[in-house]
Amino acid sequence: MSGASGGTDPDIDPQPPRRRPAWRGRTLLLIAAGGALGSVVRDRLGVAFPTPQGQWPWTIFWVNVTGAFVLGALLETLAVLGPDEGWRRRARLGVGTGVLGGYTTYSTFAVDTASLGRSDHLVLALGYALASIVLGFAAAYVATWAVGAAHRRVVLRRMEAAR
Amino acid sequence: MTLLLIALAGGVGAAARFLTDTWVAGRLQARLPAGTIIVNVSGSLLLGLLTGWVGAHGDPGDVKAVLGTGLLGGYTTFSTASVEAVRLLRGGREVGAVTHALAMLVLSVAAALIGLELGGL
Repeated sequence: MSGASGGTDPDIDPQPPRRRPAWRGRTLLLIAAGGALGSVVRDRLGVAFPTPQGQWPWTIFWVNVTGAFVLGALLETLAVLGPDEGWRRRARLGVGTGVLGGYTTYSTFAVDTASLGRSDHLVLALGYALASIVLGFAAAYVATWAVGAAHRRVVLRRMEAAR
Repeated sequence: MTLLLIALAGGVGAAARFLTDTWVAGRLQARLPAGTIIVNVSGSLLLGLLTGWVGAHGDPGDVKAVLGTGLLGGYTTFSTASVEAVRLLRGGREVGAVTHALAMLVLSVAAALIGLELGGL
């Protein structure tokens, strides 16, 4: 287990601290600000690269795969830098939960898949759904692994230098 | 103006995801992270309803962009879903990772189909 938050779900606080309204308000504001930015970037990309109905939704496909990659890299970086407190927790919630959560979308992915299936593009729908899931997973996996490997090399080099 | 509304809606959606996810995780001690599944399935149902409704009745203004791209796009997340599957796998739970990814996919697409049908009525 290598997650900064210790749990499987990186979007939430593992043990929600005593709920002080002000603390909770700041957390929500941070996530909302990030989510606003991520959503606007996704919207602009969708406007710049529209995909016609009945075809592979390339824009959302790449948005989701790149978002999964960056989230994997971000969370592993934060995890090797230290415990999930202070600026690291704020970065996880603001950038991870907020920006990248807002940037990527599951609802558009699911509705696009369903629409392709409904318009008799069954093979395309199945291919799009599976390719998105597999590539998103692979992207998050490779990013997590790469950051961990880089960190191990740095630690090793430091130990050798100290000898 | 629309862009500002999309930003606002996307922010509200992301905050709603955090609240829903936290609420679910606090109540459901499931073996799989159920919070993100519930968020993505409910968001897919709602976007299906919206898309079906707009398809049948037309879009008065930028409803689809603000509520679909903004609110529900900000509410649901693909990146967290991917990372959760990776964490399950790295935690030695290969079956859990595949179950998590496939259950979320099948339930979300089914919810989207139901939404598209009902919204188009």
